[in-house]
Amino acid sequence: MSAYLTFLYRCFRISFVGNWQYHLWMFVLSVITLLGLNAYCKQLVHGLVTTGMTDQVSWGMYIANFTFLVGMAAAAVMLVIPVYIYKNKDLHDLVIFGELLAVAAIIMCLLFVTVDLGRPDRFHHLLLRFNFPISMLTWDVIVLNGYLLLNLHVCGYLIYCAYRKRQPSKSFYIPFVFIAIIWAISIHTVTAFLYVGLGGRPFWNSAIIAPRFLASAFSAGPAFIILTLQVIGRNTGYHVPDKALSVLKNIVTVALTINMFLLVCEVFTEFYTDSLHVASAKYLFLGLHGYHALVPWIWTAIIMNTVALILLFLPISRSMKYLNISCVLMILGIWIEKGMGLIIPAFIPTPLGEIVEYLPTFNEILVCLGIWAFGLLLYTIFVRITIPVLSGQLVHHDTSKP
Amino acid sequence: MEDNKPKLVNNESSCNGNPCSCIDAQKKPSRRSFLRQGLAVAGGLAAFTAALKPLSELNPDDIPTAEEFIQKHYKEMSAEEMESALDRIRNDVEKRYQVRPEIADIKPMDGVEFVYALNLSRCIGCRKCVHACVEENNQSRSPEIQYIRVLEMPRGTTDIEQGNHHYDRPKVPSDDHYYMPVQCHQCANPPCVKVCPVEATWQEADGITVIDYDWCIGCRYCEAACPYWARRFNFSEPKVPSEKINKNMSYLSNRPRQKGVMEKCHFCLHRTRQGRMPACLEVCPTGSRKFGNVLDPDSEVSQILKNKRVFVLKEEVGTLPRFFYYFDERYPRNNSEGA
Repeated sequence: MSAYLTFLYRCFRISFVGNWQYHLWMFVLSVITLLGLNAYCKQLVHGLVTTGMTDQVSWGMYIANFTFLVGMAAAAVMLVIPVYIYKNKDLHDLVIFGELLAVAAIIMCLLFVTVDLGRPDRFHHLLLRFNFPISMLTWDVIVLNGYLLLNLHVCGYLIYCAYRKRQPSKSFYIPFVFIAIIWAISIHTVTAFLYVGLGGRPFWNSAIIAPRFLASAFSAGPAFIILTLQVIGRNTGYHVPDKALSVLKNIVTVALTINMFLLVCEVFTEFYTDSLHVASAKYLFLGLHGYHALVPWIWTAIIMNTVALILLFLPISRSMKYLNISCVLMILGIWIEKGMGLIIPAFIPTPLGEIVEYLPTFNEILVCLGIWAFGLLLYTIFVRITIPVLSGQLVHHDTSKP
Repeated sequence: MEDNKPKLVNNESSCNGNPCSCIDAQKKPSRRSFLRQGLAVAGGLAAFTAALKPLSELNPDDIPTAEEFIQKHYKEMSAEEMESALDRIRNDVEKRYQVRPEIADIKPMDGVEFVYALNLSRCIGCRKCVHACVEENNQSRSPEIQYIRVLEMPRGTTDIEQGNHHYDRPKVPSDDHYYMPVQCHQCANPPCVKVCPVEATWQEADGITVIDYDWCIGCRYCEAACPYWARRFNFSEPKVPSEKINKNMSYLSNRPRQKGVMEKCHFCLHRTRQGRMPACLEVCPTGSRKFGNVLDPDSEVSQILKNKRVFVLKEEVGTLPRFFYYFDERYPRNNSEGA
């Protein structure tokens, strides 16, 4: 027990140690986090009126970012599957980085949901009267927190074993790894069902949303991991095998292709049928009755995703430079598509046909940036701790032996 | 991890005493590093405090008291607990608005299921119902929250997406339009109730879907689920001038709401459960609004459902509304014979 506390203390200490770039990076993230905290305090005082949300568009940037990050969290599984199911050894150590990303992403998700609540002081009502299994939101609470615990357990256990120089006991983590694989699919599906189950919102009320969620998550998530692994490799001297990046690249290529295909299916169904239900899709892609705030965004996203996909299919993507460009484009494209492209248009026009556009306020954007910065801060600390442990620089000194 | 094993040994052996990459090796605390660390900690704390500064503007009334914090869900409160909750609300309202309210927890009547019927042939779109509702139910005046939305519909369609929400004419009705007021439809299969994660909204025995304003966590999932756009959220502190407060209140209906919770039409249950008509009906100058007990075959609404051309909005979403629209005859207003 005391050895574990010492471990935690040393983890805490080590997160403050680094070169000047590390300190600058952490300083900038801390400043943004505090700005976000400040903006959230303003929101607590004045209410959600400090956001751009209205009765017409009652969910905005917070839920959009939440949706995107659920995808990022689930993407960790795309590193886990090759290792544990296909026994691909090259990725073995990297799994931990994926799972740590999942932990950081889930914490960000929970923060985004919390800042969206009008009465966060009543959070405990969830424990007292939990509308399970009827409300999909209660399912989401369970799957997100469960996924967080699973990943915390697996990474925490593996890292601690490396610290103690012990061989991890398979029965203590392998079953959880397999549960986490299925669980990752579930966090996505449940989050999609949150929207899909609403008959009053035809834009969401479509069976394709859940599969599209998975496809887009499995492209943006691994793309993010590709970039992160390179940053880790460059800044820490930790060796990232090229094989790992190429496996991830293949996953991203397949997932993005499926995502684009599903997009085509969706657009065709909406526009060829051309029923009254097309209004939201029309607003998103073409503009409706002179309102077109989202049109430039969605086309930017589509162009970004298309360029990313073309780059991936071309041989030049074997060069890191082009692969990285493709990853960045894809992450941004999917962020727009899942956020502005999926959440907001469902509210425009309203079920009574009124068109009120949504524009996030500065305060709302600060809260979002704050949560993102906090998530990156957490992830940086996780990686900062993990690398010296895995490479044996931070290990348990057994004091009982001379 | 196995590959790293040899490295472990190397690092450990080089670590003793020598300056190395072993990150948390005990460094001798010099005065300079001590000062630097102290400054960093102080700076961090100062920045953190500064970030929390806006909280000092928080209205002390907004912070839940212990009593509010432990208050149970409506359905779990005993009679005494309800009485003490009502007492607290009386005091809160008096403190905030200098008005002592008459508040009770009015229960549904046995053998009653309320239904609303609205005569589209007669409605002239004057919006008197909208404003009577605001006055009756202590809605926030700034920003103004309205439960009823009147659509000005072009003739020849029932597609509500063609309705005009913001019509502003010196004189209504316009001859080329008909008017369709929309409010909570008190569905028999309410999607809003289904989605609420904390059961803060539910359907009562008389068919009215209510909200426990003290239980709502403000997630707005119900607002997203409603196909009739009937729910309203308090994005800011609701403001009602003291002289405008309606003293006649009920726990589940028109007592003043707080910031961050949902509200909506409740068929004026503090009136209708005591045999009176809803405020929107009483004010209607054309008699377009009919309300009553559908379980009583002789009630006016039962007769309307039986004899008139009745329809519900968005029947295809399967919500089974208790709010019906009907027509008297083919050409509105050309023939003055009514219901």
